[in-house]
Amino acid sequence: MRTVHDVHAAELPQRAEALLRDGHRLALIAAHHDADAVRLVHLFVSGPPDTRIELHVRLDPTRPEVPSLAHLSFPAGRFEREMRDLHGIVPLDHPQPRRLVRHFHWPRGWYPMHPDAGDPPAFGEQEGPYPFLAVTGDGVYEIPVGPVHAGLIEPGHFRFSVVGETILKLKARLWFVHKGIEKLFQGRSVAAGLPLAERISGDTAVGHALAYCLAVEEATGAAVPEQAQCARALLLELERLHNHVADLGMLCNDVGYGILNAHAQRVREQLLRLNSTVTGHRLLRGGVVPGGSALRTLPGPAQLDAVGDDIRDIVRLALGHSTVHDRFTGTAILRTEAARDIGCLGYVARASGLAQDARIAHPFTPHGQPGHVPVHAGGDVLARFLVRAEEIDASLTLIRELTDRVSTGAVLGPTAVPGEGPLSGVGLVEGWRGTIATRVELAADGTLKRVKPVDPSFFNWPALPVALNDTIVPDFPLTNKSFNLSYAGNDL
Amino acid sequence: MNTVGYAAIVLQVGAVVAGAPLLTGLMRQTRARLEGRAGAGVLQPWRDVRKLLRKEPITPVGTGPAFRWAPPVLVATSLVLAVLVPLVSTESPVRGRADLIVVVALLALGTVALALAGLDTGTAFGGMGASREMTIAALVEPTILMAVFALSIPAGSTNLPVIVAGAADEPARLTSPAGLLAIAALSVAVLAETGRLPVDNPSTHLELTMVHEAMVLEYAGPDLALVEFGAQLRLTVLLGLLASLFAPWGIATSASSLAAVLLALVLVVLKVAVLGTVLAAAEVFWAKLRLFRVPELLAGSFLLALLAVTASYFMGGEGGQ
Repeated sequence: MRTVHDVHAAELPQRAEALLRDGHRLALIAAHHDADAVRLVHLFVSGPPDTRIELHVRLDPTRPEVPSLAHLSFPAGRFEREMRDLHGIVPLDHPQPRRLVRHFHWPRGWYPMHPDAGDPPAFGEQEGPYPFLAVTGDGVYEIPVGPVHAGLIEPGHFRFSVVGETILKLKARLWFVHKGIEKLFQGRSVAAGLPLAERISGDTAVGHALAYCLAVEEATGAAVPEQAQCARALLLELERLHNHVADLGMLCNDVGYGILNAHAQRVREQLLRLNSTVTGHRLLRGGVVPGGSALRTLPGPAQLDAVGDDIRDIVRLALGHSTVHDRFTGTAILRTEAARDIGCLGYVARASGLAQDARIAHPFTPHGQPGHVPVHAGGDVLARFLVRAEEIDASLTLIRELTDRVSTGAVLGPTAVPGEGPLSGVGLVEGWRGTIATRVELAADGTLKRVKPVDPSFFNWPALPVALNDTIVPDFPLTNKSFNLSYAGNDL
Repeated sequence: MNTVGYAAIVLQVGAVVAGAPLLTGLMRQTRARLEGRAGAGVLQPWRDVRKLLRKEPITPVGTGPAFRWAPPVLVATSLVLAVLVPLVSTESPVRGRADLIVVVALLALGTVALALAGLDTGTAFGGMGASREMTIAALVEPTILMAVFALSIPAGSTNLPVIVAGAADEPARLTSPAGLLAIAALSVAVLAETGRLPVDNPSTHLELTMVHEAMVLEYAGPDLALVEFGAQLRLTVLLGLLASLFAPWGIATSASSLAAVLLALVLVVLKVAVLGTVLAAAEVFWAKLRLFRVPELLAGSFLLALLAVTASYFMGGEGGQ
């Protein structure tokens, strides 16, 4: 299922190009500081059938340089910039040799993921100026927004270059929330890594925990009972449900239609309380554990039916309101080619005509597959709204099917024999935002040596400015909400 | 007559000042209840005023007189409006000055003062809000002028008390095509002037979508209290003007007895409260228009006002002259 190829740095671009041409996509690039070399892992995936191919490249630790893949794949270019900022590994001939992840005040030459990094130093001399591209012309002006916003949202700085009300260029500068999660994983036991994985992005507790557990189980060679896999699939859909409902409501709120938001938040609260009875936590923490699952109760079909009816009402009322429909239609169109080039995932991709879904491409249980993956080609806010509304229906159907296959209590597989497994593993999970990829490497004693989680937001963020070209400024909040990307998951 | 007339003015201004925050509170409470929320209570805007007045005044670095003077100018113009507009009595001592043009000019003065203040802050939001507000104001002020002008034709005067007194004597003027068109046009104009849905969303926290709020983002403490109070006064006065123009029944026309004035006061408070509640309830079912659709809406209301003027010219003979 997962194949590993050791390649020389010089042949990496050809190998990568061949894989990308065959329809694989780059899921992640992870750098490892081994004892004798710096090792890069390029993970390419495609499916169905579920295919995972890793290219391992060894670099000289004194001069870690690797030919850039940015000209082949846009996400590769982003991973390389992240790698340079965190590990000090230099991508050669990179078309955008600028920092990405680096915080403005990190001292020059300090790389937090480097083995010699030590404790975080005090803010120091910054690494060169990093000006915004100034758009000039008659009547062009700039609107700087953030990183501190008026609402309770995460920090991000947005620099709009605007003429009149039309956005000519938007630069999103994120990366204000580096928490050092990858570093925090190192040296933890598998069990101690789980709470960390659940907190990578708070609204995606199940998605990240599941990707982490799948990766760990592959690394240890642990077998998971089918019943537990179904329980995990069930939790994944419950998480999709409460996030989608909240966002549908907030989309209505952003066009001033507050009453539907009030009702959507009411439904979300019902779901959160249901979650609390299912796993003991409103955001579903604790339900997915390494080796299995732990459910307290199962959602009742009557309650789910009531929730489904309420949500369908909300969607019907929103789409039936001519002003709301008008605000959604044609707003911030992300074209299919752009979505494909950027490497978009999740509902953003599916609203731009790309039928990508890890539940189909990389299933961890045959029962967790939705019967129908909604895809719309419009690429506008309306398409993203519709995809999510339809996904709610698909999730509800799936939850009903899965409820019959699971049982409550801890369902765990046999304890893995230490040293049996391959010591590395990959988890691919369709979280509510899109495909989460987590790659884990274990030390010989079974502790975590390296965990590299990738939230779909990392792939989707660059699509937001592209979609906003020629959109008007007052439509930005609506567009941003229709993407609803994670800052925390993006900046680990 | 004079004492009663002055008493009417004092009562009117007192009611507007005390009632403006309450009206906003009532509208927010109505919306909250209709959305299934508990709401903060009708008194919340007054509590907000108290809270803001206790804070220290803060002026952003680099701002000048435009920023400092806009809140008092806004409140002052609104208070003058509260004196001039015939809400309680048409026989007040200032009736000679309550001209339509003066009222619209005072509204515009307050709007322009705030827009200048927004520009004065030098922030992108202030400028953006000011630019949007001016776009809207450029369409709203003529609409208000035209709509009231249509009503002034049968009265033969642009003096508001005369128009109101005439309509109170001859209700048929209001149900004429000109009157109905003017009602529609003026209602839309009032929505836009006071920054309500579907033109502006008064409850949004999204700074990029704001119109009125974007201009006043830099205000804090007592200045913010003044700006909010000014906006509440304008809403109250404009709703009161709507009530007086289109439902003038009960307004004191002779101003001989204090009882008539008091009755008129109670009635106008009721009318404005009902109007506010209806507006808040309607807003629950409205969404905010795309910014570039707002001019279409306002141009439509201007057209209605224009039709109203035309209609009152052509049908003037039937109107009662």
